[in-house]
Amino acid sequence: MMAALALRGLLPLATAGVLVGCAQAPKPLYMWESFPKQQYQTLLGSDLDTTAQIQALEAHAEKARAGNAALPPGFRLHLGMLHLAAGNAGTARTMWLAERVAFPESGPYVDTLLKRLNGSAPATSKDNPA
Amino acid sequence: MNRTNRSLVAAALSSAALFLGACATPPAPFDYTAFQQAKPVTLLVLPPLNESPEVTATPGVWSHATQPLAEAGYYVLPVALVDETFKQNGVQTPADAHGISHTRLREVFGADAAVYLKVTRYGTSYQVVNSETRVDVEARIADLRTGQTLWSGKAFATSAEQSQQNQGGLVGLLIAAAVKQIIGTATDASYNYAGIAQTRLLGAPRFNGVLPGPRSPLYGQPPPAK
Repeated sequence: MMAALALRGLLPLATAGVLVGCAQAPKPLYMWESFPKQQYQTLLGSDLDTTAQIQALEAHAEKARAGNAALPPGFRLHLGMLHLAAGNAGTARTMWLAERVAFPESGPYVDTLLKRLNGSAPATSKDNPA
Repeated sequence: MNRTNRSLVAAALSSAALFLGACATPPAPFDYTAFQQAKPVTLLVLPPLNESPEVTATPGVWSHATQPLAEAGYYVLPVALVDETFKQNGVQTPADAHGISHTRLREVFGADAAVYLKVTRYGTSYQVVNSETRVDVEARIADLRTGQTLWSGKAFATSAEQSQQNQGGLVGLLIAAAVKQIIGTATDASYNYAGIAQTRLLGAPRFNGVLPGPRSPLYGQPPPAK
């Protein structure tokens, strides 16, 4: 009986806890859209449609611009990689430099990527990035 | 012993059992000393080792690592590009990547810490009246400047968490199992459960979880006490 009463007393508390949990859910730092799924598809590799993915990510970037939301870390690097795979080394470089502006802490990795880009012959690699 | 006494004793015993049960389960709080001193800013997530028979486990779990860690306040190197960088350096398998020294990883990727993941379970198992999709992942974060382990943990997500609440009799169960099999194959259910498992494993703040990083408004606050 006492245990039952105690449980009954706990129930509203538990509900309140759930509600508080919802209310405190912090605002996301970034606009994610389909970025994780796009990365998954790139990793799977087999029949990746690079052009379609570039279009999807550029639409995502446009949406973020319009909504004044931040793009996730690595987004511009990933998009640059796709442009490089499509034969546009210049666009890749622009994207990678933009990542370094948005996330200065990406600098060391961006340097590695640029070194590779500069070192390789005119980047016309059509290799599947995955 | 009269009736009232007996029920009091029973109540006392059951609350003692509850109390003990509650006390026995929570693990000891994680020692964050090294993590708090290291203050990593950038994270390199290595390709997850895969102990399951599903070949999509590595990309499924890997691609779900970025969002929880980035929302926890870290800069996370994009996994598909990391994959490409590894391959350009002749690293073909997750095991190869896990075997590289921390100094070399630091040299190539410039990250402060690496996230080592292992998938111990990934996929859907089918029984007559039920099917379960389950993903289990273990993680370790190591400082790439020193090689020191900063944090480790594990988590899982399973479709059984929802099914336990559904009571529809045997016919209902059979239908549910059939539907689940269809959904399981059509939409790569494991991929979705990998997302849940990774959020539980790598999201912050969580008890004994990853500490919030420098881009989080919670950066520097003490970890949750339970």
